Amino acid sequence: MTADSLAAQRPVAARRPLFRRRSAIPGFGLTLGVTLSVLSLIVLIPLSAVALKAAELSPSEFLAAAFSQRALAAYRLTFGAALVAAVVNGVFGVLTAWAMVRYEFPGKTILNALVDLPFALPTAVAGIALATLYAPNGWVGQFLTPLGIKAAYNPIGVTIALVFIGLPFVVRTIEPVMRDLSADVEEAAASLGAGRLATIWRVILPALGPAWLTGFAMAFARGVGEYGSVIFIAGNMPYKSEIAPLLIIIQLEQFQYAQAATIAVVMLVVSFLMLLVINAIQAYSRRFV
Amino acid sequence: MTISIRSVQKQFGRYPALNHVDLEIADGELLALLGPSGSGKTTLLRAIAGLEFPDAGQVLFHDKDVTYASAAARRVGFVFQQYALFKHMTVAKNIAFGLDVRKGKDKPPKAEIAKRVEELLKLVELDGLGGRYPSQLSGGQRQRVALSRALAVQPSVLLLDEPFGALDATVRKSLRKELRRVHDATGVTTIFVTHDQEEALELADRVAILNKGQIEQIGTPREVHDNPASAFVCGFVGEANRFEGQISGGRFVAGPLSLPAPGVADGPAVGFVRPHDFTLAADGVEAKVERVNVQGALVRVDAVLASGARIEIAASRADADRFTGSVTVAAGKSHVYAA
Amino acid sequence: MARARHPTEDPTWVKALVLAVVMAFLALVLILPLVAVFAEALRKGFGAALEAIAHEDALAAVKLTLITAAITVPFNVVFGLCAAWAVAKHDFPGKPFLITLIDLPFSVSPVVAGLIYVLVFGLQGWLGEWLLDNDMKVIFAVPGIVLATVFVTFPFVARELIPLMQEQGVSEEEAAISMGASGLYTFWRVTTPNVRWGLLYGVLLCNARAMGEFGAVSVVSGHIRGLTNTMPLHVEILYNEYDFVGAFAVAALLCLLAIVTLVLKTALEVAQPAVRRGGH
Repeated sequence: MTADSLAAQRPVAARRPLFRRRSAIPGFGLTLGVTLSVLSLIVLIPLSAVALKAAELSPSEFLAAAFSQRALAAYRLTFGAALVAAVVNGVFGVLTAWAMVRYEFPGKTILNALVDLPFALPTAVAGIALATLYAPNGWVGQFLTPLGIKAAYNPIGVTIALVFIGLPFVVRTIEPVMRDLSADVEEAAASLGAGRLATIWRVILPALGPAWLTGFAMAFARGVGEYGSVIFIAGNMPYKSEIAPLLIIIQLEQFQYAQAATIAVVMLVVSFLMLLVINAIQAYSRRFV
Repeated sequence: MTISIRSVQKQFGRYPALNHVDLEIADGELLALLGPSGSGKTTLLRAIAGLEFPDAGQVLFHDKDVTYASAAARRVGFVFQQYALFKHMTVAKNIAFGLDVRKGKDKPPKAEIAKRVEELLKLVELDGLGGRYPSQLSGGQRQRVALSRALAVQPSVLLLDEPFGALDATVRKSLRKELRRVHDATGVTTIFVTHDQEEALELADRVAILNKGQIEQIGTPREVHDNPASAFVCGFVGEANRFEGQISGGRFVAGPLSLPAPGVADGPAVGFVRPHDFTLAADGVEAKVERVNVQGALVRVDAVLASGARIEIAASRADADRFTGSVTVAAGKSHVYAA
Repeated sequence: MARARHPTEDPTWVKALVLAVVMAFLALVLILPLVAVFAEALRKGFGAALEAIAHEDALAAVKLTLITAAITVPFNVVFGLCAAWAVAKHDFPGKPFLITLIDLPFSVSPVVAGLIYVLVFGLQGWLGEWLLDNDMKVIFAVPGIVLATVFVTFPFVARELIPLMQEQGVSEEEAAISMGASGLYTFWRVTTPNVRWGLLYGVLLCNARAMGEFGAVSVVSGHIRGLTNTMPLHVEILYNEYDFVGAFAVAALLCLLAIVTLVLKTALEVAQPAVRRGGH
């Protein structure tokens, strides 16, 4: 290679701006700056306050606050009820989505819109309505009492409230996947000799699996944190029907800030784990697409 | 306007999209950037437009360094692959956009903008469609709107990214001629990106062939087709039968086939023979005819050599009947490159 | 012989069974609660319900709820547009992480959302003394209610806009910029027209949540009647005082808000099918 061609490869210093342009579309620095500042001020810094407050306790105090008998009972109820509610929604949510996607029936538009009611209805309103319905003398409760079933002011009541809150998560996550399931696949299965049941069991449900799990996890995560719709129907008896978010409020009202923060930390850790699980499921499900 | 690309480099993550690219584009030229996907051709086009900024090197417009100048400052007309028409604006508003955004005394009066839009619609034969929305147009019409929108600002250079990629074969052919006509009418320096060699060869004054971020060859369509500079260009531009073999003593040998390879060093090599360069000859290699396919004035013959290599031969229709059973063929012209 | 059934169609009895189960389930979980609210509100007649709503504490609660939404929603719109422009129209390392952070408030219990502001602005909190010295009040006052509401509604607009703007790519913006348009001009004239329906969708959901938030607001409000009570909190107070007609009357008002939200949302989804997406 000659000296000339070497020189040609090393260009005379082009006027390089101080900050190298990243993109032809302007406004990146400003909008990212605003985004990060607001995110930090509103979300991240205040959230860190919980961890720092909890850290004021000594390890033994922390453990005592985080895993006292009362707190353990509250976690058991909160996570247990959220799990049962998510399972209930997992079953009825699939059926609801199936009806919305596959069947035509009168009032479908209204019913479909109503599925989103839990997103639109203030939780406190849902709470007092459910409590009134399922109380022993309520519209629904009066039929359950003779059967020996008590559906309010106990863990069953908590679960009912969480079913209400979680339903749209399952339906709305499954629906688009169900809609995109092309008829070809089912026709192909049928042409290969599979019966209807076998087609549903072997072809349709496995295809819905990741969306179902995502919806399930979202309903569960939402249920764990839920407060407004639950407290009216829960009964709020310590050790029996007291959910973890309520325990935080009770600690707060007794000025036990660090203890309140400790329970919040436990709940946050579980929420983050749920978030990781949801992301993992979604990453896994993208393999099929 | 002349455009010089000097040793331009661009890296996406760890993947080099452009690797020391040099290119000179003459005033009024119609140049094609041809290459497979991932060859860097679109990145190069976007670097010229100011939509991408190189890590190193220079982009000069008329000897003026515009490497880091904004897209707006360069006054380029850019036609996007999917046209990027503004869906919520009429065709006329789309075309007028580049004039409407100007400020103060740079902004032409309304009547003048309207007149210019009319002229451009006429130029691309869309008169009367100014009031439509992009969704009401066919693919070919959208492409013409995108072209006239890019021309509205009287750009110093017109850049087109796969301008015919989204169109079906017949529309593509007619729009190719249209672009040539518009180019000849306006005389604006034009660069377009394509992966379709037929398109590049038919339309461009010169073709730059890119591979893996580097320019393999620049030349007229005839030059790159008849004298490809590398095995890549030979395989990419035009049709060719490809053989892998060895060179010894200035000859390329692949099974029964032997091709002249003057000046290529001994060792493994690849040889190419274009289908129409195979001719029936008394002394040649034996080939068993498998199938004869008549295509208009040509016949295409699929045949197998004794080595098992499959070849394709193109001959004139008049010779169709001579391709039966076993024939002997010779390569009139061939290209051999060290592997 | 019966008409041959298409292989993707369920037998009639299956259809009937599924629909019956779904209807019963939705009736028990969704429809009855909605009906119950109005029935309870009107138990003592229309007049009594109206009286409860016209009570000055109820009206103060309505006012505070409207104020809260009027601050929260525009704030989230501005933030959502900023975040979506940065995330969807540019490439940078750590983008998926940033999107996860923006979504974070959805996975935090509303009670925890209230708690964090108590820990920062409360009397015992980081800024408690400073606020006291400067005679400012955040917790048990309107600013705390707004902050807590902003937190719980934080992701609504952004998560609606980010996927929408990502889908639309950058070529329209690049086209505008290459023709000499400024960034702001491009944003208003090219980008926003393309996302206005998604933006409206996000605003709708954000507004419903802002007006209806209970847990987070309950922690920071202090429940001072006529001053720091939002409508949902007012419902709670009346309910706990066994003023059921009053509680359900205010609740019915919130139900109407929910119904209007759902009607608008459905209309939007019918008119602009592209805006519909799952979750929240």
